Amino acid sequence: MSLRTPTLLLVIAGATLSACGLASSLSGGEDVVRVYSGRHYDLEQAFEDFAEETGTSVEFLFGGDAELRERLETEGDNSLADVFMTVDAANLQIAAQAGLLQPLDSEVLTEAVPENLRHPDGLWMGLSKRVRTIMYHPDRVEPSELSTYEDLADPRWAGRLCMRDSANVYTQSLVASLIAHHGYDEALAVVSGWVENEVEIIANDIRILETIAAGGCDVGITNHYYLARLIEDDPNFPVLPFWANQDDRGVHVNISGAGVAVDADDPELARELIEWLATDGQESFVYGNHEYPVNPQVEPPPLVQDWGAFEEDPLNAADFASLNADAIRLMNEAGYD
Amino acid sequence: MGLLLLPILLVGARSLSPSGEAWSQLWAGPLPGMLWTTLWLLVGVGLGTLVLGAGLAWLVTAYEFPGAGFFGWALVLPLAMPAYILGFVFLAVFDFAGPVQTFLRGVIGSDAWFPDVRSLPGAAIVLSLTLYPYVYVLGRAALRQQVPSSFETARTLGDGRLRAARRVVLPLIRPALAAGLAIVMMETLTDFATVQYFNVDTVSVGVYQVWRGMFNRAVAFELAALVLGVALIVIAAERVLRGGLRFYQRGPGRDFERGRLGGWRAAFATTACGVVLALAVGIPILQLGAWAVGSTAQVEATRIFETLGNSLGIAVASGVACVGLGLLVAGGARLSGSPLALRIRHLATVGYAVPGPVVAMGVLVLIGAATGLISGSPAVTVVVSLLGLVYAYTVRFTAVAYGSVDASMEAITPGVVDAAHTLGSGPGNVLRRVHLPLARTGAAAGMVLVMVDVLKELPIVLLIRPFGLTTTAVWVWELASESRWESAAIPALLIVAVALIPVLVYLRRGKLGEMAAYQTYQPEIETPTPAGVP
Repeated sequence: MSLRTPTLLLVIAGATLSACGLASSLSGGEDVVRVYSGRHYDLEQAFEDFAEETGTSVEFLFGGDAELRERLETEGDNSLADVFMTVDAANLQIAAQAGLLQPLDSEVLTEAVPENLRHPDGLWMGLSKRVRTIMYHPDRVEPSELSTYEDLADPRWAGRLCMRDSANVYTQSLVASLIAHHGYDEALAVVSGWVENEVEIIANDIRILETIAAGGCDVGITNHYYLARLIEDDPNFPVLPFWANQDDRGVHVNISGAGVAVDADDPELARELIEWLATDGQESFVYGNHEYPVNPQVEPPPLVQDWGAFEEDPLNAADFASLNADAIRLMNEAGYD
Repeated sequence: MGLLLLPILLVGARSLSPSGEAWSQLWAGPLPGMLWTTLWLLVGVGLGTLVLGAGLAWLVTAYEFPGAGFFGWALVLPLAMPAYILGFVFLAVFDFAGPVQTFLRGVIGSDAWFPDVRSLPGAAIVLSLTLYPYVYVLGRAALRQQVPSSFETARTLGDGRLRAARRVVLPLIRPALAAGLAIVMMETLTDFATVQYFNVDTVSVGVYQVWRGMFNRAVAFELAALVLGVALIVIAAERVLRGGLRFYQRGPGRDFERGRLGGWRAAFATTACGVVLALAVGIPILQLGAWAVGSTAQVEATRIFETLGNSLGIAVASGVACVGLGLLVAGGARLSGSPLALRIRHLATVGYAVPGPVVAMGVLVLIGAATGLISGSPAVTVVVSLLGLVYAYTVRFTAVAYGSVDASMEAITPGVVDAAHTLGSGPGNVLRRVHLPLARTGAAAGMVLVMVDVLKELPIVLLIRPFGLTTTAVWVWELASESRWESAAIPALLIVAVALIPVLVYLRRGKLGEMAAYQTYQPEIETPTPAGVP
């Protein structure tokens, strides 16, 4: 019977702590915005700053983009969420199509967020930009050898490439943008070319960069801020970014963004939060993760400023988002893991 | 029973809408490859866990060598190591940019060859290292409990140790190994986090990809049904492997007369155990420790206690629910004595063969309906989703508790029950006075296994936890999904430590540590307890 005592203690301890945690999280006060967020870096800081400036506190539930979207949909009008925030355009677009979001009618936002980074009817707004571009080791690759994503399908890159897996939404968005520009068949030829070049698939952007640094590959494709993070830890980290496709459409840019839930308890507060994040809050929102602000009035974080300006692909995020499923099908067809 | 199947049926019903085109594209495209991958992974992990689990169990039970006593219990510890954590650490240590290959390149030169670790064999190794304890524990219990006398008899008749092992021991512990292997297969089938690190696309990965990336819930659930189909084949195979033998409890077994290993054999035995333990527990803990020390992240004590408390609370609640339900189903079926009830009782285990996200989706629908009915304050919503979380775990993990409980009830000889009836006990009385006391050890073992599973579980808690609730596993996920493994190391170590608690409590219980469930395998070919003596 001695098993019962510890078990009982565990139950009591666990229940007490859970209750405390939940009670404290649901303050139930007047001015609270609740956020379902697929984004979870340094958000706490941004939300704290918002609370300090406006007196409205923010509660949040972290999760995967897709999971939170499913949850929002299933909960319907019982959902506690006021704002849905993601790290990729595709899930915002799907949520918009499923009628889970309500339009944001805000002059502040139309001014702060460029047109290609928000939903045409204001159902969601991009809040930060993440650039998915070519990364290379300067000792083994001359920048003059690099040009476009498509060029990496050329046989001279055989055995020298590292890329992210097809289950990753960033890869899916990049391939979706290839489909949007070239059509399915030509995009398929590009991805097949990567596969024929024996691209090494690594399910982790940081590890791709570390593998380039260690000499496992010469060139890779990752989001820019992972490199910024590594350089922040080690200023001599031997990998450099190359802005892809500068001579044609520009480099692929994805967004992290947010929309207001259709059944938000307080859409006004939700709008205020998103407006703040796109203006006064841009710095605390994007700087911690070295992302590029969407608001042209705001300077990029210091570390990435060294990398210079770049042309970005003007494709609306909604367009490549709607090609996401085709992108997966294409990668399956090409044998891209 | 119906409640256990409801979420699964719900997603099943939702998936009934025809999805012909997408489905046929899958068949023409990646699906056959996924099926093969799944099959090969099952074979690899099956062989790996059998060799490790049965081999090590035999080694520590039948032989005396330096450290045998320590390894006897320590080899259970990998049970506390989540595969998704071991998988990540394994790659960080052994891939191209990791310390091992970097060292080799430094010594041999830049063309030092190393096998591709991001591969199916790599995934099979990691899964085997975390899952072999299921086979090990059950196998060792079987060995200790009933084999010694038969083994000695065979030896007396002139068989060598290994020959006796092959001819007598293996057949006797086969059911226990099959039971352990069935658990291993289910875990392998429904894993999708670990295998993705290794670029291994199983059908469960397909479920995730189709659902998350192609936004096609219907096809995702059809794929999940396919996973379930494979699982049912595994369960059927386990029944066949048990060979229709009936197993009854017998008096306590005697200890093995253990062979003493000397010289290089002893060294080999110690090394083998040591290497497995180092790979499965030692290296990951060292690496996580190194990350934790190097991490600059500030960790607040309150966050540690809060997440640990949440994790433990949910684990205990789910454990109680699963064991309670397991007892109810196993006992109820016997009580009613109806052949139909006896047959369908195994349906309680179906949830174990359904990938976590699918169970979670079903429960989410129910939570939505429930909150719609009550439609109250945020606090009510939180309570409902907390209940939903425990409910989802009950659906998913009752099989684990039920297996232990049912097997220990199975071992109660009909003689005892008949005797109780003869002495005038009603069915309820028999259940209370005969079945439940004898199933107690099985229940405790089930409780431990469910708790460890729940503490490590991720997709379900991610999808349906209430607003504001963070568990240790969720904390790891938040950081790991952003590749912040240095910061994730601290909560990852916490999970391992916390999952060790039930394992250690259970080990301390000595007799209980014999994984009650299968202490009782006793083929009828040996003399069962004389019937009719209460």
